[in-house]
Amino acid sequence: MKEKVIYQVKDKAIWAVFLILFIGFSIANPRFLETQNLFTIARQVSMYGIASIGMTFVILIAGIDLSTGSIITLVNIVCAYLMVNSGMNMVLAVVCSLVVATLIGVLNGFMVSSIGIPAIIATFATQTIFEGISYLISGGTPIFGFDEKFKFIGQGYIGPVPVPVIIMIICFAAGSFILNKTFFGRYFYAVGGNEEAAKLSGIRVGKMKYLIYALSGFFAGLAGIVLLSRTNSGQPTAGKGYEFDVITCVVLGGVSVSGGYGKLSNVVAGVLIIGALSNGMVLMNISSYTQMVVKGIILALAVGFDCIQKKKQAS
Amino acid sequence: MNDEYVLELQHIRKEYPGVVALKDVSLAVKKGEVLALIGENGAGKSTLIKTCSGAVIPTSGKIIVNGKEFSSMTPQLAEENGIAIIYQEFNNVGELSAAENLFLGRPIRKGIVIDRAAMEREAAKAFEQLHIKIDPKALVKNLTVGYQQMIEIAKAIEQDAKILIMDEPSAPLTSVEVESMFEVVALLRKKGVSIIYISHRLEEIYRISDRIVVLRDGEYIKTLITKDSQVDELIHLMVGRELNETYPPRKDCIDHTKIVLELKNISGNGNENMSLQLHKGEVLGLGGLVGAGRTELAQIIFGSAKKESGQILFLGKEINPKDPREAIDLGIALVPEDRKRHGVLLGNSVMNNINMPIYNRTSKLSVINTKTEFKTAEKYRKELSIKTPTLHQLVRNLSGGNQQKVILGKWMAANSELIIFDEPTRGIDVGAKYEIYKLINNLVEQGKTILLISSELEELMGMSDRILVLSEGRITGMLKKNEFNPDTIMTFASKVREE
Repeated sequence: MKEKVIYQVKDKAIWAVFLILFIGFSIANPRFLETQNLFTIARQVSMYGIASIGMTFVILIAGIDLSTGSIITLVNIVCAYLMVNSGMNMVLAVVCSLVVATLIGVLNGFMVSSIGIPAIIATFATQTIFEGISYLISGGTPIFGFDEKFKFIGQGYIGPVPVPVIIMIICFAAGSFILNKTFFGRYFYAVGGNEEAAKLSGIRVGKMKYLIYALSGFFAGLAGIVLLSRTNSGQPTAGKGYEFDVITCVVLGGVSVSGGYGKLSNVVAGVLIIGALSNGMVLMNISSYTQMVVKGIILALAVGFDCIQKKKQAS
Repeated sequence: MNDEYVLELQHIRKEYPGVVALKDVSLAVKKGEVLALIGENGAGKSTLIKTCSGAVIPTSGKIIVNGKEFSSMTPQLAEENGIAIIYQEFNNVGELSAAENLFLGRPIRKGIVIDRAAMEREAAKAFEQLHIKIDPKALVKNLTVGYQQMIEIAKAIEQDAKILIMDEPSAPLTSVEVESMFEVVALLRKKGVSIIYISHRLEEIYRISDRIVVLRDGEYIKTLITKDSQVDELIHLMVGRELNETYPPRKDCIDHTKIVLELKNISGNGNENMSLQLHKGEVLGLGGLVGAGRTELAQIIFGSAKKESGQILFLGKEINPKDPREAIDLGIALVPEDRKRHGVLLGNSVMNNINMPIYNRTSKLSVINTKTEFKTAEKYRKELSIKTPTLHQLVRNLSGGNQQKVILGKWMAANSELIIFDEPTRGIDVGAKYEIYKLINNLVEQGKTILLISSELEELMGMSDRILVLSEGRITGMLKKNEFNPDTIMTFASKVREE
């Protein structure tokens, strides 16, 4: 019984951190609590949130996807290019971009699963490749001049709620469904816990990896579309560094970097913390360089905490 | 306290969650003595010696080395106090030479560069002292297991070890190699090195030991003076029961008209030209030494390794499982040797583990039917009496025997026809062993067919209907039930390939 309570407390600890942070910023700067600002935060985090779902899957199987930011950039450029330069229908352009994003994920899957390149290197390579390709397509200059309707995805509201937030909620629901209600979720946890034992229990680990990296690519792509609609112009630097924030969100949400353990519900808390933190620091006029230092420390702390837990478990 | 003892373990107790591995075990070693430590698998020998090296921290008890008292050791303390352990797995680096391995971690240097010539000179001297003929320049990966072990021993001596603990040193060796190992042991004893020698080969113990300490089920049983003791007595102390009690009886369920598995000239994964037939309801034992190719053969059948040539017939049809998934769907199961690393998913629940191979069958459009999932797990928890507080318990928190039952449950849920057991009772305490045997019997009585790999001769003979013996990747002998005999099996098992 006591153990159960301890477990529950530990499990929800990240939400307490979020709450403390939230209250702290509210006291430090009353503007933080303004409805307008809260919606800004929600819109800001929605991209992290969407991309973090795919990243959660990847990290659950003890992998990593460094190409997330690059995929976001490429989707920005490809979608903008298709709409503006090729005059493609908006919906079709979005679908094409998502397919491209998913295919980059499949490429990651191929390198990790079929060739056996360590995930960190494989996705590092694709990161550079597709960043380069984004520059090549765009010629280094922003692409803009979209249909007015396109704004709706990133800037619109349904009732009082911003559309990106709705997209994020739908994505979290879908991710949580995959993870908890389908056997794929069970497979992900199994593969992350012990790949060899998972294989010997009949899981086709290779295929699972393809699926997971493809999903990661897809969710990154979706985040890219939302970003494009928010900024209303395709930038060849749009997604730079996104993978860092997304990974931080996921690890902060308690997903173990060594795989096999983590909950999507807590990743939501991780996403909110990073969102509140970024916003709060801006409101408090903390320079972006200092913000980098803070975020780096948070990532190290989150992973460090996970590693200490693992060590305790081992002894 | 007696001054003549160089190492004393007093009242050592070690608890793991749910299991007591050692209960109040004491022993003492004199200078220049060979003390044999014997007991069945799971008696606690390895755990006990690991307390000496710092790999295991005792829950309570004292370790006294040369009069200095410790409550627990660390690897560094062990080394400083002259304790060295030769494990079954060597810590050699295959890509380095014998000399470099000997000085691994503390190379002889000239300034900042490694002085290879000096190391080779010193190594030659060290090997010479132990009468070992190893070329210091030879790469370790090219040396036989016997020589690799010698390097380990030489390394310990070079580091000034006064107490050498050897964990089943003869297990991987050929009979010729065992002889030279004995010579080295005798030599070391003359030099005043104390040796704790772990083995369950009794004849060896009678040849080289001075005293014998018997452990059983984690408990200290008795210390005997080797030359005054009798083999029968020793076996009785080790086993603690009559042999026929160990193995539960089984109805004869063999259906000779039905061949479940037939291998025709299988080669690959280190094995050559293996053929066998396995009838429905039969338990076929696979005997042999470590590295004989038994696990490798199992891998081929289970689809986790590729064969190069030959045919596998399963229930009369030729099969070529390309991965375990395919083998599982055909009705083949494997209970692997390394339970924690390959058998169970430690970080997943009992329920998930049992359902893992059948999720694809019980789910609709990949959505899990949670009722079926629960029912299946509950059914096998009851049937196999798996001791767990809830089905959501992580398998990590279960005892070894219960983990093994979870694996069994998984394959029963998958409705497997042929179940391959690879060392099913390794590291499981005696009570749980008996239960596993009964479960194997139940499976057979339900019409399942079993391929049983075991290095424990007793277990092999007690459980099998027939025994095939492997050596160096070939089948060297087949014994029917009435021909079972440890000596015959060992002879087949140590048959060296004629070049």
